[in-house]
Amino acid sequence: MTVINPMSSEAGTTLSPVRVFFDQVRTASEYVIIPLLALAVTCILFSGLLLILGQSPVDFFELLWRGGFGTPFSWQNTLTRSSPLILTALCVAIPAQLGLVIIGGEGALVLGGFMAAITALPFLGWAPPAVVLSVMAIAGVTTGAVWIGVVGALRYYRGINETISSLLMFYIAIAIMNFFVEGAFKDLANPNKPSTKSIGDANMIGKIPGMDVHWGFVVGIAVAVILWVLMNRTTFGFAARITGGNIRAAKAQGLPVGLLMISACAIAGGCAGLAGFFEVAAIQGKANASLAAGYGFTGILVAFLARQNALAAVPFAILLGGIAAAGGLIQRRMGLPDATVNVLTGLMFVVLLVSETLYGRIPLFKPRES
Amino acid sequence: MTDKTMPAVGLETVGMTKIFGSLVALEDASIRVAPGTMHALLGENGAGKSTLVKCIMGFYQPTRGKIIVDGVEEIVRNPRDAMKLKLGMVYQHFTLVPSLTAAENLVISRPDCPSIVNWTAELANLEAFLDRMPFKVPLRTPVSSLSAGEKQKLEILKQLYLDRRFLILDEPTSVLTPGEADEILGLLRDMTRAGELTILMITHKFREVNAYCDEVSVLRRGKYVGSGKVSDLTTDEMAHMMIGDTKLRERSARVEQGADRTVLELSALFASDDEGLPAIASVDLKVKAGEIVGIAGVSGNGQSELVEVLSGQRDLDDGRIFINGQPFEPTRQHMDKFKVFGLPEEPLKNATAPRLSVAENMAMRSFDKPPISQNGWWLSPRPMKAKARELIAQYRVKTPGPDTPIQNLSGGNVQRAVLARELSGDVEVLIVANPCFGLDFASVADIRAQIIEQRNSGAAVLLVSEDLDEILELSDRVAVMSEGHITYVSPIGETDRNTIGHAMAGGH
Ligand SMILES: Nc1ncnc2c1ncn2[C@@H]1O[C@H](COP(=O)(O)OP(=O)(O)OP(=O)(O)O)[C@@H](O)[C@H]1O
Ligand SMILES: [Mg+2]
Repeated sequence: MTVINPMSSEAGTTLSPVRVFFDQVRTASEYVIIPLLALAVTCILFSGLLLILGQSPVDFFELLWRGGFGTPFSWQNTLTRSSPLILTALCVAIPAQLGLVIIGGEGALVLGGFMAAITALPFLGWAPPAVVLSVMAIAGVTTGAVWIGVVGALRYYRGINETISSLLMFYIAIAIMNFFVEGAFKDLANPNKPSTKSIGDANMIGKIPGMDVHWGFVVGIAVAVILWVLMNRTTFGFAARITGGNIRAAKAQGLPVGLLMISACAIAGGCAGLAGFFEVAAIQGKANASLAAGYGFTGILVAFLARQNALAAVPFAILLGGIAAAGGLIQRRMGLPDATVNVLTGLMFVVLLVSETLYGRIPLFKPRES
Repeated sequence: MTDKTMPAVGLETVGMTKIFGSLVALEDASIRVAPGTMHALLGENGAGKSTLVKCIMGFYQPTRGKIIVDGVEEIVRNPRDAMKLKLGMVYQHFTLVPSLTAAENLVISRPDCPSIVNWTAELANLEAFLDRMPFKVPLRTPVSSLSAGEKQKLEILKQLYLDRRFLILDEPTSVLTPGEADEILGLLRDMTRAGELTILMITHKFREVNAYCDEVSVLRRGKYVGSGKVSDLTTDEMAHMMIGDTKLRERSARVEQGADRTVLELSALFASDDEGLPAIASVDLKVKAGEIVGIAGVSGNGQSELVEVLSGQRDLDDGRIFINGQPFEPTRQHMDKFKVFGLPEEPLKNATAPRLSVAENMAMRSFDKPPISQNGWWLSPRPMKAKARELIAQYRVKTPGPDTPIQNLSGGNVQRAVLARELSGDVEVLIVANPCFGLDFASVADIRAQIIEQRNSGAAVLLVSEDLDEILELSDRVAVMSEGHITYVSPIGETDRNTIGHAMAGGH
C-alpha cells in the first residue's frame, strides 16, 4: 500500500503534487460539466419539439438570448426575476443539506408576502418608509420561517414526509391568502383584482443606482453568501451536514437533530418569506394572487441545477430568470404560447434529474489510475 | 485446468493492479484458485482483498492485470460479463429484498425473469431446485422474518440458482453465529469436494480456514505474498505471511482496581424495538470505575436496543441512567460533561457520515471545541485537518488522506478511524458493541488492548458482544441478556463458558 501522505513512512510510487492537483481539478470539473451537458441536451430536445411545431429553433434561441441577456433592458428584467429565484432556491438547498426535500417554498413566499403587506397597514401614512419596510421584512421572514419550520417539526416529531407536507401546505397558504384578500383585507378601491391595500409609492423599495433592478437582487446574493458560510464554516452547518450524512451517527454524537432540522427548515422558509416581502415591497406594492407566480417552484429547479450549493444558486437563478424574462418576447414574435418557456424549464428539470445518474460514471472525470 | 468433467470453475488472476488516485490498493496480485476447491484469501484490513475480488467481478476496472477462467483469458468489463462466466459473489451485507419471500427473491434475481411470472410453475421449479441443494430455506416466508443464518443461506442459494460455479464470499460468517457458520461452510465444502463449485472466501477467522479450506492465498499491503495448502501451513505461518515481522500488540495486563465507585448505573430501563414491541425490560446494571462489564447473549435479545438507548439513538420508554449518581441524558452536553464515548457496531452505519471526509468524521466529537472552534460557532478547517493527520498517524488508519470520503476506506480502517475519534480523549464511560467485527487479528489485538487500557486508567466499560471468547477475555463481570432481560450476572472468576452458555440459551 502506497499512500501520498506526509505522515506515511512507507516509500513507493509517489505522484507529483502538480499532477495530484490537476487530478483534483479534473475530478471537480465533473460538477460543472455535467450540468452544462444537461443544459445542452435540453436545448437539443427542445429544438426537436420546435421543429415538430414547425418553428425555427435558431429563431427561438436567438429570441431567448435577446429577451433574457442580449440588451441592458433584458438584463434588468432578468435580474429582477432572478432575485426571488435565488431566495426560493435557498429554501430548497439548505434543508437538502440535512437530507430534507422541501418543495413548498412557494407557500412560504406567498404567505410571507401577504403578511408583509398586511402588517404594513397600521403603519401607513405616519411611519417613515424605513420603519414600514423593516416591519414588513420581519413579518415576511418570520411567517416564512414558521411555515416551513412547521414542516420540519412535523417531519421530526411525527415522521411526516416533508416533501408532501410542504406541497400540501402550499395549497393551504394560497387558500389563506385568498380568503383574506377577497374578504377582510380586500382593498375596495380596487374591485377588479382582489388585493390588499397598496403600501404606497413612498414606501416602495428603491432600485440599485444606475439600474432598473431593485435591491432584492443584492440582498439575495448576500443571503446566499451568508448561508454558504453558515453551512460550510460554522459548527451549526457542520452539525447539519452530519445529520444529513447519517442521522444515526448524528444522534450518537448527541447532536440536537430535531432542533437542527427545524432550524434549517425555518431558515429556508425565512428565505422564501423574504422573497415574498420583496415581491410586495419592490414590485407589486400589495398582496394578491399574482404573488403565486411560480418562483417557489422554479427555485426547486435552480437548487437542483446548483446541486444544492448556496453559492451556485446565484448563476443558475440568473439563467432561469433570463429564460422567464424572454417568455413575453417569444410569445409576441413567434406566436408561441407564453407557457413555452415553462416547457423548456420543465424539460430541463427532467434531463437534469436523469443526468444525476452520470456522476462517477464518466471515465474522464475519474481519478487517474496509473 | 480445462478438465470439463466437473461443473466447478477455476480462476486465476495475473498481475492484478488497482490504483485509486494516488493510492495503490492492489499491486501485481496473482492468485490461482483450482476448480472444486475452497480457497481462503487472507490479509490485514486494507490489504486489498475486497479490491481484488471486485476487480474479478467487474465492479472495478483493474489498472493492469488479466483474469483467466478455466485456462482461457477473459475480459470482465462489468458484473454482467462475470455472470456469463459463471462467477458470483456474496457480499458482507445482505442484498435480498426484505419484503419479498425467498421464492420471489430468487425469481426476480434471474436475468431472464419474465415480465409476467407464472408462480405455480416457478414454485414447482424452485421446489425441485431446492431438493437438489443441501441447504433448505422456507420459500414462502418474507425474507425480513428469516434469521441471519437463513438469509445467508438464501444469498448462497441465489448464486447457485443462477448457476454460478465460482463463488466469492466476502467475510460470509461475520453475521452468523459459530454454529450457523459451521453448518453453512460444511455444506459448501461438501459441494466443492463434489466438484460442483469453487469457492474463494475472504475471512479473518483462522478457525474457519483450518477447518474448511483447502488452500490459502495471502495479500499484504496490496501485494501477493504467497499461497499454499492449508494442511502444510500452521496458523502462525499464515499469520506471519499476513503481517510480516510486525509485532503484535502485547495484551495489556489487567491492573487491579482498588476503587469501588459505581460510575454507570442503569435503573429499570424499558425500550421498544422498531415495531413498537418491548425490546428491553427492567434492565438494571451497575458498572464501576475501572471495570469492564460484558453483556453476552444470542443476537436479537435486546442488546442492540440497549446500546442504542445508551448512545441516544433510541428513546427510553421508562427508566433512568445515572453517571456518578447524576441523571444522564444522551445529549451532547452530558456526553461531554460525563466523558461518555462509544464504539457502536457497524461503524459505517452507526458512527460515521459515509460521504463526509475522514477528517470531518474524525472531528465529529470535537468540532465545537477548541482548537477547531474557538468560540463554539466558527469552524476552522485547518486545525480539523491537522488533528485528523495526527490521529491517522497515531492510530495507523490507512487512507489516501484526510479528505477521502470515509466510505472509501476498508472496513477495518473505518473502525480504526472511529476508534481514534472516540478514544483519543479522556474517557470515563465507554460503551462498546461488537468492536472486532470484520477486523484482522492484529487489529483485534490492538483494539482489545486499547479497551483494557481504558479500563486500567479508570473508565467504566460496558461491552456488548456476540463473541463469547471476547467477553471471557475482556470482562471483569459478565451479564447475560435474554429476551430483553438481564438474566444472569457473575464476576468472571466465578463462572465458566458452560454456565454462561446455559444462561444465554434461556436457562436461569
Ligand atoms: N473506491 C475507493 N476509492 C479509494 N480508495 C479505495 C476505494 N476502495 C478501496 N480503497 C482503498 O484501498 C485499500 C484496500 O481496500 P480493501 O477494501 O480492498 O481492503 P480489504 O483487504 O478488503 O480490508 P478489510 O479487511 O478491512 O475489508 C484501502 O486502503 C482502501 O482505503
Ligand atoms: Mg474488505
